[in-house]
Amino acid sequence: MAKEVMSGWTRVGNVSRGVSSVIRECIFGVLRVGPIPNHIAFIMDGNRRYDKKQNPGGAAVSGGHDAAFWALVAMVMYCYELGVKYVTAYAFSIDNFKRKSEDVQILMDSMLRKFDLLEKVAIHFAIRVHFAGNLGPFNNEFRVSAMKLMEATAGYSNSLLTICVAYTSRDEILHAIEESCEQKCIDHVREINSDGDHIIKLMDLEKNMYMAVAPDPDIIIRTEGENRLSNFLLWQSCGSHLCSMSVLWPEIELWNLVLAILNFQKHKPYLERKKKEKQV
Amino acid sequence: MDFSRKKRMLRFWTDKIGNILLRMSWHLLHAIIYLCYFTTGMVHALESHLISRGLLRRYKSLHISKINYLAIVIESEDACRTSNVIQLLQWVVALGINHICLYDNEGILKKSKDLILDKFDGAILFQDTHEDNILLDQPCMTLEFVSFSDGKEAVARAANVLLMKYIKSGATGSNQGEQIFTDSQMSEALKTVGSGGPEPDLILIYGPARCHLGFPAWRMRYTEIQHMGPLKSMEYGSLIKAIYRFTTVRQNYGK
Repeated sequence: MAKEVMSGWTRVGNVSRGVSSVIRECIFGVLRVGPIPNHIAFIMDGNRRYDKKQNPGGAAVSGGHDAAFWALVAMVMYCYELGVKYVTAYAFSIDNFKRKSEDVQILMDSMLRKFDLLEKVAIHFAIRVHFAGNLGPFNNEFRVSAMKLMEATAGYSNSLLTICVAYTSRDEILHAIEESCEQKCIDHVREINSDGDHIIKLMDLEKNMYMAVAPDPDIIIRTEGENRLSNFLLWQSCGSHLCSMSVLWPEIELWNLVLAILNFQKHKPYLERKKKEKQV
Repeated sequence: MDFSRKKRMLRFWTDKIGNILLRMSWHLLHAIIYLCYFTTGMVHALESHLISRGLLRRYKSLHISKINYLAIVIESEDACRTSNVIQLLQWVVALGINHICLYDNEGILKKSKDLILDKFDGAILFQDTHEDNILLDQPCMTLEFVSFSDGKEAVARAANVLLMKYIKSGATGSNQGEQIFTDSQMSEALKTVGSGGPEPDLILIYGPARCHLGFPAWRMRYTEIQHMGPLKSMEYGSLIKAIYRFTTVRQNYGK
């Protein structure tokens, strides 16, 4: 575990200092000539395949998930330096509970170990951390640690990192409807007519979404070459540029992000026009 | 004072030259990206031509049975090209896919639905009062026309259907975090408001960008999404390649 942490910090250290830092600032300076996305979302796919690559024929270990964490930290740092205000990562889907219980436990333990490290990174860069999803199925220790991390970073407003755990879009939509129903019942129980005609409006649902803390993503990046959203940000992705990369998530590099942003800049005028048409 | 003025002038010109260099670098980067896409596009066009001629063996047999329901998202500006839309549908039907959903953001295809349906003998309009399973078993062609109003707005209308159920159940508004509604209840509510329908296995996006333009969120959980480029540049070979690629995908569904 200590070796993995050192390897992770080395990756982060290489990110944050030296010649690579100067080169990166030059690249970011060029990118900033064009529009910079306000919100980038990541579907972090490929961790188990990375694990099998590093550990062929071995039992399930958490190496892939640990490497995934450091890849996320690197991406968050790049986005922070570039001026991307919102970053969202799909860490754990409700559907992932269907995996073998030992695999789920390994993933949970891996995430729990990372909370302290994530808190250090978030405080260093003044990034607020928010967990989106239904934390109910997790054990008390996980829930308490997640709440503690959110409280420790609640005061930061420059950047937001949203980590989706026990999240699916369908669950998010149902949750928003349930919250809206409860609010309408509490507020207007005497005013609801027998038809219940259009009492819940679209904006009621929007404000009760787990992802109401951030604007819709400009780019959704999925690794491992897959071309689907897998129940992630389906509601929020109407105007998002969808980007699929063949690289495995733990192996994602700066140039992958730069390429995604260049593609976004190329299509930005079109996506902006579509957004304005929807508002009209 | 003369020195500070010179310093300001130097700074001004340094910034100006720096900005010009940055802009030139940005345009150069984008020119390189454009050239890469152009080259890739030429290669794809050639491959598509070879596939259309049946010269690439691996594309000759497609496991079409893997596609129960196909959705085609068309950029609204292209949706008025009805002849292109009809041609595309003819290709899809010729490949053996009979159940198709056509989506465009502004509902332009909905206005052309009679014209499109006339071109296909025996094609019926998808009625969401039908059971999805029964419909998909039918051999005849079904066409569904969907727009943005069948997405988020439909969910809001369905939410009101669920609200009435919630009130009738005598709920007090303090359920303390328990789940009240299920996926199937929501799917039923969407059918009630006229926006039900099966989840497509594959979405083909015909437009300038890889963006689903608001396709109903409830219906695309595990749907593969492939970007095909603008409708005016559509090619039969690209369609076959996209379907072939879909049939080789393996999904874990979260497991």
